[in-house]
Amino acid sequence: MMTTKAKILVVDDEQIVRESLQHWFEEDDYQVETAHDGEDALRKFEKGKFDLILLDMKMPGISGLDLLTKIKEFDTEVILILITAFASVPSAIKALKDGAYDYITKPIDPDELSHIVENALKQRMLKKENEQLKDQLDEIIRPDNLIGESPSMLKIFTLINTVAPTDTTAIIRGESGTGKELIAKAIHINSRRKYFPIITVNCGALAESILESELFGHEKGAFTGAHFKRKGKFEMANGGTIFLDEIGTISPKMQVELLRVIESKQFSRVGGNEVIYSDFRVIAATNENLEEAVKQGRFREDLYYRLNVFTLFVPPLRDRLEDIPILANHFLAKFANSMNKKITAISDEALDFLIRYNWPGNVRELENAIERAVVVTRTDTIQIEDLPFQINNPANPFNNDDRSLAALEKRHIAITLNNLNWNISRSAEALGIDRVTLYNKINKYGLQRKS
Amino acid sequence: MSSIYLAPVRFSNLTLLNLIKNNLIRIFNKAEIKTIDLEIDPQFAKSVERNQYHSTKILAEAMKKTDPFDGKVILLADFDLFVPVFTFVYGEAQLNGKHSIVSISRLHEEIYTGITDEALLLQRSLKEILHEFGHNLGLLHCKDWNCVMHSSGRIEEVDIKGDFYCKTCQKDANIDQLQA
Repeated sequence: MMTTKAKILVVDDEQIVRESLQHWFEEDDYQVETAHDGEDALRKFEKGKFDLILLDMKMPGISGLDLLTKIKEFDTEVILILITAFASVPSAIKALKDGAYDYITKPIDPDELSHIVENALKQRMLKKENEQLKDQLDEIIRPDNLIGESPSMLKIFTLINTVAPTDTTAIIRGESGTGKELIAKAIHINSRRKYFPIITVNCGALAESILESELFGHEKGAFTGAHFKRKGKFEMANGGTIFLDEIGTISPKMQVELLRVIESKQFSRVGGNEVIYSDFRVIAATNENLEEAVKQGRFREDLYYRLNVFTLFVPPLRDRLEDIPILANHFLAKFANSMNKKITAISDEALDFLIRYNWPGNVRELENAIERAVVVTRTDTIQIEDLPFQINNPANPFNNDDRSLAALEKRHIAITLNNLNWNISRSAEALGIDRVTLYNKINKYGLQRKS
Repeated sequence: MSSIYLAPVRFSNLTLLNLIKNNLIRIFNKAEIKTIDLEIDPQFAKSVERNQYHSTKILAEAMKKTDPFDGKVILLADFDLFVPVFTFVYGEAQLNGKHSIVSISRLHEEIYTGITDEALLLQRSLKEILHEFGHNLGLLHCKDWNCVMHSSGRIEEVDIKGDFYCKTCQKDANIDQLQA
C-alpha cells in the first residue's frame, strides 16, 4: 500500500485535458500538478519530485519524446506514461524503447488509465522496497569479524574489492585461524553473486569417498546408505560461490575431478548419468605450501595453476600487531553483548600482554581467549589473570625475541607458581628445587603474585 | 433541513426517475428531495463526431441556473457523457461542490447481455448517483470495494462495489446529518 500520496505531473497543451486529468486523479487521492508545455514541465520537474508523469506526445515546443529523454536524464526512476493520438502509436512504441513505462491513446479509457497508473505505482513501490531490503540484507551479511587497520589488512581489503566483481577463481593463503573463510565471504557478498548462496566445503575434514558425494551429490542407491537422491555442493552453489577450504589436503583422484568440474562447470551425481550444469565461482583456501606440494608431486600442477589465478595472502596476527587492540575490543563487545555481561574494557596490562603474545592460532585464538576472559572475569575490565595463556600455553614464548634460557626459566617458574596458587612449598617441589632457591629466583626475576 | 435537487435533463424514463427519488427519500430521510426542471437543452454540449455530450459543459450551464439554490443539485441524463480526454464518463461531480451529473446511458444491462433488467438499472443508477453526490460532499475514491465511493471504470466494477458509503466515508461526509 502507498503510505504517502503519489505525486503526478500531467503535461498537456490542452487546458481541458489537464483539468480533466487533474480532477480525475484528485478523486483518486493523488497529488496532482499540471504543466502546459515542455518548458513548464521541466521547471516543475526540477522543483518537485514526481512519482509519475503523464505526458502528451504532441505539444508545441519541446515534443513529448524530447521531454521524455530530458526527464530520464535527471531521474531514471520516474514513471513516464505517454498520451498519444491513435495515429502516432509507432512513435509511442519508440518512446517505450526510450524508457517510457507505457502509452495510452486518446481519448483515454478511464478504466485503462486507472489500472496502468495503479500498476505502475505499485511496481515502483515494490522495486523501492526490494532495493531497501537488499541494502538491509547487505548490512546483515557483512562479515563483521573481518577487521583491521594495519597496512597488510588494508591491502587485503583492496584486493577483495578488486577481485570480487570479477568471476575469477581466487585462492586465499594463510595460516590457520587467520580468517580465510571470512575473506571468501567478503569476496562473495561484494560480487554480483551475493543473492545466491556461498557454499563452504571443508575438504580436509572429509574422506575421499564422502567428499566426492558431498561435492557432486549422489543418486538414490549409488552406494550403501544412499537412501535418497542428494544434491551436491557444486549444484547447491548454482549462481553463487563454492568455497573449498583446505584444498591442499585433497587426494590425487579428487584433484583430477575437481579440475575437470572447475573447467567445464559440468558433472554428474555419484551413481548417475545425467549431466548437471552449475554456474559457480570457485574460491579456495589453504594453509599449506602448495608450491612445495607441487614439487613433491602431492598436488597437481594444472590444478595449482587453475586455482592460482588470483592469490590473497592473509598475514598472521603476529605480523599485524596494531590490529590486536581493535580485534580484542571488537570480540569483547561481541561476547559481552551475547553473554549479557557489563564488561567495557581490557586493562592496559592485559592488552600489553595480548600484543606481546605470539598468536600461533591467529585471530581465532584471540577470539577464543577473549571469549574465555569474558566468561571468567568478575569485574567490568578484563585483567591479565582472566586470559588463559599462563596456564594453557606453557610452550609458547611470551616474547618471540627473547629466546634466552633465563627468560624460559623465568616464565616456567611464573607459570608453576600461578598453577599452584603461589604455594611456595608445592611449587618448589614441582620444580625440583628447594624453597630458598625458589625465593631467590622469584627475587631475581622480580616475579610478583597478581592480586 | 438539507435539500437535494434531482434535475432530469432530457430524461425520458419517468418511472425510473420516480423510483430514484423514492429511494433517495428512503436513504436520506432527513433531507428534502425535490425534482426540478432546469430547462437545459443539452444539444449545445453535443459532439457530433463522438455522438456524446460533454458533461463539464452541461454542469457549467446548470451552475448558471441554480445559483440561488441552497442544497445539492444532481443532474440526471439518459444520453452518453464524455470529457474530451476520456472515452466516456458515467458521471461528473464538483469535488466539495454543489453540482453533479449522472448518465444512465451505459447502465442498461441490454448493452452488455441483451437482457433488460430494470431492477439492476435502478441499482446501478443509485450507486452512480450516490458516488457523484459523495464527491460533492468532499469524498475521494475509496479503497474499500464495499463502499459506493470505490472507483468503477467498467460496468462489472459498478456491480461489484457496495451500494452505500463505508463507515469511514459516512463519517468523513457527515452522512448521519442526512439520515434519521
